[in-house]
Amino acid sequence: MKRSQKFYLQFGLAVSLLIFIGILIYNLWVNLSRTDMLLSFRWLEQPAGFPLAEHALSYKPSDSYIWALCMGWLNSLKVIICGLLAATVLGILAGTARSSRNALLRALSSGYVALIRQIPLLLQLFFWYFAGFLRLSQTPLAPLGTLIQVSKQGVELLGLHLSSEFSALLVGLSVFTGASIAEVVRGGINSVPRGQWEAFRSLGLPEGLGLRSVVLPQALPAILPGLTSQYLNLAKNSTLAIAVAYADLYKVINTTITQTNRAIEGFLLLLISFLMLNLLITGGMELLNRLVLKSQQSS
Amino acid sequence: MIGRLFTGLISLALLCSGCASIDKGDNSRLDLIKKRGQLHCGVSGKIPGFSFLSGNGSYEGLDIDICRAMAAAFVGDASKVQYRPLTAPERFTALKSGEIDLLSRNTTFNLSRDAAGGNGLTFAPVVFHDSQRLMVKRSSGIKNLQNLKAANICVGSGTTTEQNLNDAFQERKLSYTPINYQDLNQVIAGYLQGRCAAMTSDGSQLAAARSSFPDPDQHIILDVALSKEPLAPASVGGDQRLGDAMRWVVFALIAAEEFDITQENINSKHQQAKANPQLSSLRRFLGVDAGLGQKLGLADDFVVKVIRATGNYGEIYNRHLGPNSSVTIPRGLNSSYRKGGLLISPPFN
Repeated sequence: MKRSQKFYLQFGLAVSLLIFIGILIYNLWVNLSRTDMLLSFRWLEQPAGFPLAEHALSYKPSDSYIWALCMGWLNSLKVIICGLLAATVLGILAGTARSSRNALLRALSSGYVALIRQIPLLLQLFFWYFAGFLRLSQTPLAPLGTLIQVSKQGVELLGLHLSSEFSALLVGLSVFTGASIAEVVRGGINSVPRGQWEAFRSLGLPEGLGLRSVVLPQALPAILPGLTSQYLNLAKNSTLAIAVAYADLYKVINTTITQTNRAIEGFLLLLISFLMLNLLITGGMELLNRLVLKSQQSS
Repeated sequence: MIGRLFTGLISLALLCSGCASIDKGDNSRLDLIKKRGQLHCGVSGKIPGFSFLSGNGSYEGLDIDICRAMAAAFVGDASKVQYRPLTAPERFTALKSGEIDLLSRNTTFNLSRDAAGGNGLTFAPVVFHDSQRLMVKRSSGIKNLQNLKAANICVGSGTTTEQNLNDAFQERKLSYTPINYQDLNQVIAGYLQGRCAAMTSDGSQLAAARSSFPDPDQHIILDVALSKEPLAPASVGGDQRLGDAMRWVVFALIAAEEFDITQENINSKHQQAKANPQLSSLRRFLGVDAGLGQKLGLADDFVVKVIRATGNYGEIYNRHLGPNSSVTIPRGLNSSYRKGGLLISPPFN
């Protein structure tokens, strides 16, 4: 094919794609106006009228919808960030345990991964919440004195109160995502040539130190891309919060839609918020990836 | 980044193109239902006594019988109904997008939902006068709202229940913590497991839920009405013919009880009306003297078909909520006006 022909073909394809998208948007607009559902966002300034069980900043029912949505977004962010940290720690522990010399550790970790990955997350959340936290007694259990206390009402960690809804969601998300991260970590470690293990062992380095300073740095470039997608999954899965009564962004939008009947606007806001959140995570991970590659090239 | 955003937007547009398509020309939805020979009815499917999947796999309940009565009137066969179980947040979009013809899903009739500037629905007459209540454990000693100060309260989200609860507590300057679950089953589980001191929902739903508890008499429903909840079937606004037809089917159920016409005696009453020209109001009601059904775009004998299929309102009520049913709710406000209730039908003239 000649170069000009190629150009016309591509140009034609691009134009028809644009026309196609145009038709879709026009279709949406016509249908929305026909059913009197044209978009409007003025309601965002009206008072929300509902209280929230948990809010990071000061909030009362007379505050506006937009403020309520912000509280929901912060609640989502809170559980996502805590979840990312906990799942990463759990995943690295379980993933490295798979290559351990200790047979019990290996079995434990492969059992954890096998069990958790076969069960839907929603069921696991119900389990942690209804069969876990809500089965605790009303009077706090204090296994470590005043350091940590657990009861039906939630967890008291160093004077910080975490509701049982938040705790169940956090545990559920981290345990679930941790299992997938463990597999990613294991894959990364396996990509490091066997010789590297033999090398540090022959130098007399202890197992843990060798893993940290020789194997993991080399495994990192293979781990990071997989890790990113697990992080994105965790962020998206956090919308299951409503199943365990945690007041995340989805829950707040759900209530908002019922009260204002602005379903399309509500879902648009939800989509945009999560798009932003996930773009942030992706951007952050890409940056990390580049830093890792750079530091390895320089060393 | 921009490229990725763009791809995301395209997928969003693709998604949206499927959202809405409804033929809102001159044709009434009623014609579509008749042509299709089947009614698409939006229900809850999760509330014993109102709409619940029975042991043999079919839906049963008061809301279901309303669907069946509509189908009997519109297409002449009460079994020609396709039920669509919907969650509370889904229901109005399902109606507006044309996925269902009408909603018979314990939906509260209020201004925002009725008005053109709100949801723009058209409501049929109220089929169940309910009120929002609180249920607490008998052993808790809680008697009124003041006792619930600063307590956790289990509540479903995506319903007016949340708003009413808040209004009632704010009015009395009391604070509380809502524990919002997605649907009633989770609210019940949270309450039974002791996460909350009380759970709140419409009185009918609390009674229905309590009937399935292992120890129903250990739970009491407080005698405080947080709201009025007149539950009514609904259709899309701006479709007068469908709205009128639905309105008069419900009135027919109520009027039949006023006339003492039941599923059992409908045939003899019909014969009686045919044989006695002087019973003119009965003849009009049952369509022996033609005219009324036609005006609604229905068969003249639609009342006969409806009563044959479901019986009058009192019979429907007793079947699902009466003293011998598994969910017993005293009739109270839902009695005929002749017995001090709120149900009354305008004349069939």
